[in-house]
Amino acid sequence: MPSFGFTDSNLTPDLARLHEEIRRHALDYGLEPFEVIFEMVDSDAINSLAALGGFPVRYPHWRFGMDYDQFSKGYEWGLQKIYEMVINTDPSYAYLMKSNSLVDQKTVMAHVYGHVDFFKNNQWFSKTNRKMLDTMANHAVKIRDFMDLYGQDTVESFIDHCLAIESLIDPFLPFVQPSVARSTNSGAQGESTGAPEAGRDPGRLKVDRSYMDKFINPPEFLEEQKRKRDAQVKQSRKNPAEPVKDVMLFLLENAPLEDWQHEVLAIVRDEAYYFVPQGQTKIMNEGWASYWHSKIMTERALTDSEVIDFCDHNAGVLAMSPGRINPYKIGVELFREIEDRWNRGKFGKEYDECDDLVAKAKWDQKLGLGRKKIFEVRRVCNDVTFIDEYLTEEFCDRLKLYTYAFNRRTNQHEIVDRDYRKIKEKLLFQISNMGQPFIYVTDGNFQNKGELLLWHKHQGLDLDVKWARETMTALHEIWGRPVNVETEVDGQKKILRYSEGEFTDRSV
Amino acid sequence: MIDNIRRDHSRFRQIVKGKIKQNLKKYVTNGEMIGRKGKDMVTIPLPQIEIPRFRYGDKEQGGVGQGEGKAGDPIPGQGQPGDGEGQGQQAGNSPGDHGLEVDLTLQELAEILGEQLELPKIEPRGHKTLKSKTDRYTGIASQGPNSLRHFKRTFKEALKRQIASGTYDPERPIIIPTKKDMRFRSWKSDIRHENNAVVIYMMDVSGSMGDEQKEIVRTEAFWIDTWLRSQYKGIETRYIIHDASAREVDEQTFFRTRESGGTLISSAYKLCQKMIETEYPASDWNIYPFHFSDGDNWSGEDTRLCMEILENELLPQSNVFCYGQVESRYGSGQFYKDLKEHFGTEHDSVILSKIENKEGILMSIKDFLGKGK
Repeated sequence: MPSFGFTDSNLTPDLARLHEEIRRHALDYGLEPFEVIFEMVDSDAINSLAALGGFPVRYPHWRFGMDYDQFSKGYEWGLQKIYEMVINTDPSYAYLMKSNSLVDQKTVMAHVYGHVDFFKNNQWFSKTNRKMLDTMANHAVKIRDFMDLYGQDTVESFIDHCLAIESLIDPFLPFVQPSVARSTNSGAQGESTGAPEAGRDPGRLKVDRSYMDKFINPPEFLEEQKRKRDAQVKQSRKNPAEPVKDVMLFLLENAPLEDWQHEVLAIVRDEAYYFVPQGQTKIMNEGWASYWHSKIMTERALTDSEVIDFCDHNAGVLAMSPGRINPYKIGVELFREIEDRWNRGKFGKEYDECDDLVAKAKWDQKLGLGRKKIFEVRRVCNDVTFIDEYLTEEFCDRLKLYTYAFNRRTNQHEIVDRDYRKIKEKLLFQISNMGQPFIYVTDGNFQNKGELLLWHKHQGLDLDVKWARETMTALHEIWGRPVNVETEVDGQKKILRYSEGEFTDRSV
Repeated sequence: MIDNIRRDHSRFRQIVKGKIKQNLKKYVTNGEMIGRKGKDMVTIPLPQIEIPRFRYGDKEQGGVGQGEGKAGDPIPGQGQPGDGEGQGQQAGNSPGDHGLEVDLTLQELAEILGEQLELPKIEPRGHKTLKSKTDRYTGIASQGPNSLRHFKRTFKEALKRQIASGTYDPERPIIIPTKKDMRFRSWKSDIRHENNAVVIYMMDVSGSMGDEQKEIVRTEAFWIDTWLRSQYKGIETRYIIHDASAREVDEQTFFRTRESGGTLISSAYKLCQKMIETEYPASDWNIYPFHFSDGDNWSGEDTRLCMEILENELLPQSNVFCYGQVESRYGSGQFYKDLKEHFGTEHDSVILSKIENKEGILMSIKDFLGKGK
C-alpha cells in the first residue's frame, strides 16, 4: 500500500536525485507542472492501479477486477507492460515500476512531467477536480455504505446500468455558464415567455385607429399568430425544451429514482466528467509527453551508456505497426511539425498561396517561433482542433497515412484512399465525441405516456443494434418506463423501442 | 489498493462462474472447453460480460491506418477474414480485438458442474484407501543434523546457561553455545489416508460409431474426468477400444480410431477385468469402468458372456459400472435393453444412460454421477 505523503515516499536516494534532476530540466525548458510525487510499485500494484484508473481507492465494482485480470495476464504472458501511470491531481501522483531499468525510470519521469504540465495548463483540463483522489475515496465510502444497506447485488447492478450510459454526457457542459446549463430543467424558461395577457388577444398588433384594425390585423394574420403561439406553448410544455446531450443529467433530474440511486447515478456521472478531458486529448497528451521525454533525455539527461537502451524503448513506444496508428507517434510528430513550421515561418497567406513546391519545401524565414507556438497549442487545443488545424498534406504523406474501410465482399478491411482531406475527415470523426455516437434526450414524455425518447444524431454510421438494445435495457431500469431511440438503420429512419423485456422497431 | 483489487477481482470471478453456470448446457453441448485444457486450467471464451453502451456498428466504421500499400490492398494484421470483433473506437485501436477469455481451474469447473447438476459428493469405499506418509516439522530435539539447527532456540539455551552459570556479561554480551546447547528441529510422520481412483473408458469403435458419436463420448469423458478429479486425490485414466477384439490405447488414439468390422463387447470387458486384476486391486482403488457403444453386439451368445463377466467379475470390484449408449443411425440399441433386462434400472452398481444427441450430454452426466458412488 503506497503512503501518500508529500514527498517521494519510497524512492531510493538514487532515484530521488534523478527526480530532482529531471524536474530541473523540465522547469528549465519552461514547463509549468504541478508538484509530482513518484511512488515505486511492483507489477501487481501497477496492474491494480491501471485497472482502477490510477486511483488507489475506488468503489467496489467487478469491472475493475476484470480489467485487472486482463492487465495481469497480459503482463504474465509478456504481451504488454505498463511503463508509466500518472493521475491528474494537484499534486500529481505518478507510479514507477520497480522492475524497470534506471534509464526507463528516467524516461518515465521526463514523460510524466510532460503529462503533468499538460494537465495543469491545457484549458480543457481547467475545470477538472484536482482533488479527485479524495473525491474518489468519498465515492467509495458512500457506495460501500449503500451496499451495506441495500445489498451488494442490488447496488452493483444499478451501477452497471449507470455505467452503460456513462458516455451520454456533454463534454462541453463544464464550460457553459451555470444559468444556461440549468435551462434544460423542466421548461422553466418557457413559462415566462409564453404567458398570455388576460382578456386581450395577444397576437393582435396595437391599433390606434379602430378602422385600421382589419388591415393591420387581418384574420389570416391572427390565425397564424395563434398557431405560432400554440406551438410555442406546446414546446414549453415539452421536457426537455431542446435536445439534451447530457442524458445522465436529464435522468438525474427527471427519473423516478430512490435517494441512493440518485446518489449513485450522480457519482458515476461525476467520475465520467472527470475522465472527459483525458479522452478529448489522448493524441495531444501523449504527443506532448513524448515530445518532452525525448527532448529532456536526448539533450540533457541521457548518459553515454544509456543511449542504446533509450533508443530501443523509445522506438518501441513510438512504433506504428502496419495498419494502425499510434497516438503517441501522431502526437509527437505533429508537435514537431508545428514547431518546425513556425520556426521557419511556414504558415500564413503567403505560404498557403505559394504554388512552387520546391520553394515551399525550402521555405525558411528564420522566425524561431516554434517553441512559443507549441506551448500555445498545448494550452488551447484538444485533439479535434489539433488535428483539424495542424494536420497537413505533407504530414500525411510523410507518415504514410491512409483511410481504410470494410469491404463486405472480401470480408476484410482494405485501404481506400490517401487523400489527406479524407484522412483528416475520418480521424476527426473518430475523435469527435471521443468516438461515441451522438445521443440526445428529445422527449421525457414521449407519446404522452411518460416514455423516454432518445435521438441518435446520425452522421453516416449506424448504431450497433445489438449493443443498443442492451443499453436500452439498462436505461429502462433507470427510467422505469419504456425507452425509445430514434435512429437510422440502413438509410431508413427507425424508432427502436424497449419495454418490459420486449424489443420492437418501427419505421417512421 | 491491493485489497480493493482483490475484492473486485474475486467479485469478477464470481460473476464469471455465475455466467458459466447459467450457460453450462451450452458449453457442454458445444464441447467448447475440451481441447482448451491445459494442465489444470481451462480457458473459456465469454462473449458477453462487457458493460453495454451505444456504439457504432463495428465493421462499417473503418478508420485511419499507416503504412505502404495502394487502394484496395487489405490492411495487415487482420488475422483471418471475419475473425474477431473490431473495436476501432479510437484512433490507434486495431481491428481484430478478441472477446474476453477467462481461466478457470479444473477444480472450479468441477464445482460449477457439481452445483449445477446437484451432484452428491462421492463416498469413497470405506476401508479401501491408500496410505501415504508425510513429514511435518513440529518439535525440537537436542540431537540432529546441522542443517536442521534451530538458531534461535540454540541461542536461548546458551544464554540461559551463561546467565545461570554467571558467565554472562551485559557489558560484553557474547554468547558461545556449547554442544549441549544445540537444538534442532524434529519432525513427526503423518499418515494420511488417500483415495485413489481409476477410470477405465471402453468404447466401441466399430464402423457404426460415427464422428458425432465419438465427439459425444469425448465430451462426456472430459466432464466425468473433471468431476472425479475433484473428488479423488489421485486419479488414473485408461482407455480401451474394441471392435471384435479389444486393445488398450492412449487418449489420442482412443478418440480418433475408427475400425470396421464386427463387435464383441465381451472382449473389452475381459481386457478391463484383466487390467483391474493385475494393476488395480480393488482393496486399494476406487474403480470406475465406463463403457460407451451404440448398442450393437455380435451375438446373443456374446451378450450372455458379457453379463456373466459383469456380474461375477467387474461389478464386485467396481464402485459403479456405467454404460452409455450413444444413439446412431446404424446401431440397434439392443445392448441397453439387454442390460436393463438383466440388471433392472435400479441396480446399485450399474448405471445405464442413453445419449440421443449432444443436447443429451448434460443429463447423461447427471445420470452417471448423480448417485454419488
